[in-house]
Amino acid sequence: MEEYNVPLNIEETVENDVPSGKEEHGENDVLLKVEDLKVSFFTPAGEVKAVDGISYTLGYNEVMGIVGESGSGKSVEAYSIIGLLQNPGKVIGGKVEFEGEDLLAYTPEQMRQFRGNKVSMIFQNPMTCLNPVYTIGNQLMEALTCHNSKPAKKKDENGEPSPEGEEPEEEEYTHVSKQEARQRAIEMLELVGINNAEKRMDQYPHEFSGGMRQRAMIAMALICRPKLLIADEPTTALDVTIQAQILELMKDLQKKENTSIIFITHNLGVVAEICDRVSVMYAGRIVEQGKVNDIFYNPQHPYTKRLLASIPRLDEETTERLVPIEGTPIDLLNPPEGCNFGPRCSECMKICLRQKPPFAEVGEGHISACWLHYKDMIDKGEAEK
Amino acid sequence: MSEERRKLVEVENLKKYFPVKGKLFEKKFVQAVESVSLSIYKGETLGLVGESGCGKTTLGRTIIRLYEPTDGRIVYDGVPIFDKAENISVKMLPYRRKMQIIFQDPSGSLDPRMTVGEIIGESLDIHKITSSRGERTERIRQLLDEVGLNTEHANRFPHEFSGGQQQRVGIARALAVEPEFIVCDEPISALDVSIQSQVVNMLEDLQESKGLTYLFIAHDVSVVRHISDRIGVMYLGCLVELAESYELCSHPIHPYTQTLLSAVPLPDPEKNKTRQRILLEGDIPSPINPPSGCRFHTRCPYATDRCREEMPELKEYSPGHFGACHLLEQNG
Repeated sequence: MEEYNVPLNIEETVENDVPSGKEEHGENDVLLKVEDLKVSFFTPAGEVKAVDGISYTLGYNEVMGIVGESGSGKSVEAYSIIGLLQNPGKVIGGKVEFEGEDLLAYTPEQMRQFRGNKVSMIFQNPMTCLNPVYTIGNQLMEALTCHNSKPAKKKDENGEPSPEGEEPEEEEYTHVSKQEARQRAIEMLELVGINNAEKRMDQYPHEFSGGMRQRAMIAMALICRPKLLIADEPTTALDVTIQAQILELMKDLQKKENTSIIFITHNLGVVAEICDRVSVMYAGRIVEQGKVNDIFYNPQHPYTKRLLASIPRLDEETTERLVPIEGTPIDLLNPPEGCNFGPRCSECMKICLRQKPPFAEVGEGHISACWLHYKDMIDKGEAEK
Repeated sequence: MSEERRKLVEVENLKKYFPVKGKLFEKKFVQAVESVSLSIYKGETLGLVGESGCGKTTLGRTIIRLYEPTDGRIVYDGVPIFDKAENISVKMLPYRRKMQIIFQDPSGSLDPRMTVGEIIGESLDIHKITSSRGERTERIRQLLDEVGLNTEHANRFPHEFSGGQQQRVGIARALAVEPEFIVCDEPISALDVSIQSQVVNMLEDLQESKGLTYLFIAHDVSVVRHISDRIGVMYLGCLVELAESYELCSHPIHPYTQTLLSAVPLPDPEKNKTRQRILLEGDIPSPINPPSGCRFHTRCPYATDRCREEMPELKEYSPGHFGACHLLEQNG
């Protein structure tokens, strides 16, 4: 069996092309660069390749959606960026660069400084993330004082990324007085749309409703003005009317605070609502990536196409029968040799079962990993044989 | 849908209150379902949507009397099975053969210590459906086949299955007694997107081949819209609107339905941008202390004094389209 090497060149060119879409931010345009990240869980049953070589870049002020089903590795990928990977999980390869710094080389202490100040995270279930025995205000202020960030005097967004190499921790730590922290926490609560912020500060998480708790979580995540916010299914546990409120809030804050967001979800509606660019993940790999309109109106990868066809839509006139994706997601303990989606794909070819497909550029900043894009070439190859 | 439109299930003024601990000698109730009246016709799918805590699951469970109703009347196929006023409360066992339920959490509703065959066979034994051992095994095989599982799966335990397969076992268990009416309580919300459509299609196929009637409860309006003939919308224990599913989604008349529909994010970036969105203030009030009058008035943008005092009744405003709102009355 000969291997088809030609496409690999295309993959490289694509990678160079992706960031060029965001030229207006100047040379400093890439906030986060993930390159061939590989994360495995070493379980007694064997190695589970939860994330198997994914690459993407995130620009300033950009909202990137990561969509996938459960087990596709979307959360694991985010956790490994921020260094929160749980024990059997290990990053076994690749690079994560944040403003040019290699995050994977950070010591735990550096990472601790980095979290909160530069990156913060919102989780799916706000109740389990808030400490039930401390007041909301207490937890907000703690986030601020722990991360020794100054209460931003003014927005210095294009300001030099403060000498970030070594942390001037002790010095800055004292900069936030208790009153300052409290003031800032109240401001933050007001910003996320919590009325009576003064009074709410002294309440405990159980006195908040689900939507309010998620607002408080967002306030906590943004209190140090991070450049990157990772939102892991932030609206999944919420009701749809509350979800609408939170999404509006996040869109609003994203504009006000110029935060980049990585938005992880399985809900395609939410992605269409909030994201600028989308990466579709399947079984630990990105299968398609592009601008939100490209993904929804011109999907190229069979998985994306089938996924979009399989969801019932509220806005369509007729209720046609759904077209489900047959089969079940693959067992990551024994991933197939070829394309991970191959066993469930209706257009599966011979090569799909033998070799992982490389990315093909199918549009401007729109890439898809599928052998179908090389069909002509493959047919020619077969014919020549 | 069948031409005669026979009413299979009729519910009148059904109430379900749960007692909660108050202070000493103080009685408090969660008013989970408050005076709901509706009919389910034979062969149709009635969808119930609403946010969490709106009482849709309680309503479903009360209709098949997994919960004892606090007040009201339930008629199944012309026979009253519960009537508080006339003190009727029939033995449910014979009716369990006709009414079944599929639960939301597939793993939680299957006994982990029983094999799939035992789980499905249990209801066959209780209702003495099969006469011989061979027949029983044959029936279990047939059921597994109907829900798309392999026959050798009968000897496995629930934990060996994926979520979608577990839900199929739950469906097979409900089908074992050949029911006429199935309450589907969020049967797909615990499943992955690509698996959801498989289960939805299977439920539709089964309905067609067996002439089943469904009460389909879910919080995802898109799914309910897809599978249902008619949809009821619940808010804080009350049914606020009921109509044919296309009619309801295209011309919602109750302010709450309008908000609910506008809050659903569409998988369509351009439409989301242009769409008018009604955002609600605040959260759902507590059902222990529900607002007076119309329960939606605290969040309703159009609320008037009348809404604060008087609870609106569910009335028919156009053929088959019911709504419970004072504003509709004024507008004629």
